[in-house]
Amino acid sequence: MQQFSKLSFLMRKVAILLAFVGVSGFSFANEEKEFNVSEMIMHHIKDAHEWHLFGPEHGGTSIYLPIILLDNGLKTFSSNHFYHGEAVEVKSNEQGTSLHYVKGVGPAAGYAMYHEEIYKLNAQGELHFEGEHPHNSQPLDFSITKNVMSLLMGAFLVLIVMFSVAKFYRKNGAVAPKGLAKFFEPIIVMVRDDIAKANIDEHKYEKYVPYLLTIFFFIWFNNMLGLIPFLPGGANLTGNITVTLFLAVCTLIVTLFSGNKNYWGHIFWMPGVSVPMKFFMMPIEIISIFTKPFALMIRLFANITAGHIIVLALISIIFVNKNMAWAGLSVPMALFISILEVLVAFLQGFLFAMLSALFIGAAVEEAHH
Amino acid sequence: MDLILPDLGLLFWTGIVFCLLLFLLAKFAWKPILNAVNAREQKISEALELAVKTQAEMKALKAENDQILKEARAERDNILKEAKEAANTMIEDAKTKSKVESQKIVEAARLNINSEKAAAIAEIKTHVATLAVEIAEKVVRGELASDEKQKALAEKLAGDIQMN
Repeated sequence: MQQFSKLSFLMRKVAILLAFVGVSGFSFANEEKEFNVSEMIMHHIKDAHEWHLFGPEHGGTSIYLPIILLDNGLKTFSSNHFYHGEAVEVKSNEQGTSLHYVKGVGPAAGYAMYHEEIYKLNAQGELHFEGEHPHNSQPLDFSITKNVMSLLMGAFLVLIVMFSVAKFYRKNGAVAPKGLAKFFEPIIVMVRDDIAKANIDEHKYEKYVPYLLTIFFFIWFNNMLGLIPFLPGGANLTGNITVTLFLAVCTLIVTLFSGNKNYWGHIFWMPGVSVPMKFFMMPIEIISIFTKPFALMIRLFANITAGHIIVLALISIIFVNKNMAWAGLSVPMALFISILEVLVAFLQGFLFAMLSALFIGAAVEEAHH
Repeated sequence: MDLILPDLGLLFWTGIVFCLLLFLLAKFAWKPILNAVNAREQKISEALELAVKTQAEMKALKAENDQILKEARAERDNILKEAKEAANTMIEDAKTKSKVESQKIVEAARLNINSEKAAAIAEIKTHVATLAVEIAEKVVRGELASDEKQKALAEKLAGDIQMN
């Protein structure tokens, strides 16, 4: 059953991608423009102010997400004032390559969007480019972007699922689980026993279980949503450096606030080594405080982004060669990678929680002689 | 490049959503779930412990029963043995008693017989004596029936006395 649904969503994924890129290819052909793989992939893995559903990239059907700007007061309007704004083409100075940006219209007047970044127009009412980057000032952008939307949906999904699991226990008490609870209980117990209990002191681990559970399910659910190629999935949320940065910082903060005398002692005055060595070790240990969460951040970001890139690149084989027969190669490979990504989705959530528990465990460990 | 640069807006929303999620899940999901799971684990381990204890108790009880049974059996054997012994002694006693009695009776009978025998012999003796006397009388009568015979006898007797 589960395999069937996985397979069916993968097939739909492929179908939608075919439809999406297919129509794009058609419109590109009309505009006499080459299909640009890296542009398509980069566009997918980065954030956007719209949620593209189907049809060609420009002029297809999209959900226009709200723009929220903090620029001398709060400004909110729909992103369709950019996507249906005034398109501007400028030649960059050196190579003469043309750069495209859009000026906002209506409530978005005075702003322009270039590569999904919002800039303020200068006194001449345009963007000033130096090389390929505009040098205009930017307002603070708190927009509900595609990733924020995906984040909200992912969080909502975790809430609904876990609340219904909790409801089962509240209703039935301490009995053998059924239904959703039966599926999730072993995973929850796994996080408690194999992640928290295994790495953190037995008398202290309980305090950290809610954090580890939240971080695990947040990452796992959002990873899985990222694998679905259409609404409510398709955003590259857990492959976004901002999200992984935030999660890594959370673990860092928890670790630092949990650190006991023994932990700080090992950082600033390493026991059991000579005094010059103690001075030598101090900066290394201080750096290691930050390299650990940094590795967490990079690991999740790179794994998820790479997965998205591989699947898209494999599908692109068909469109680069402009021949349907290449699907015979590209679809099985994309299918294989997608199945692998289902595993990776779980594994990365597990690893993040596991390493967080390991760092916390090291911070609360008592000295043993 | 902007792929690896954090975005303020997304950071803001991620922070809010994640903290809210952590709070809500910790309070309304993880707590009841973990409590229920812990309670159930406690219940199961207690039940297992109880089972082990009950098993041990059953074992002890069985051992006790066996012991009681063994004792009862031993006692029964003992009683049987004693009864047998008692019966044997009783039989033995009876036997000796009856032997003594019978010996007594036999003795008495023998005494009786002896006395009877003696009496009978005495009687026979008298009888024989009488008979002998009678025979002797008849013989004598016969011997002395005529004068010649009386004379011959007297001569014979006198001859015997002379010879003696």
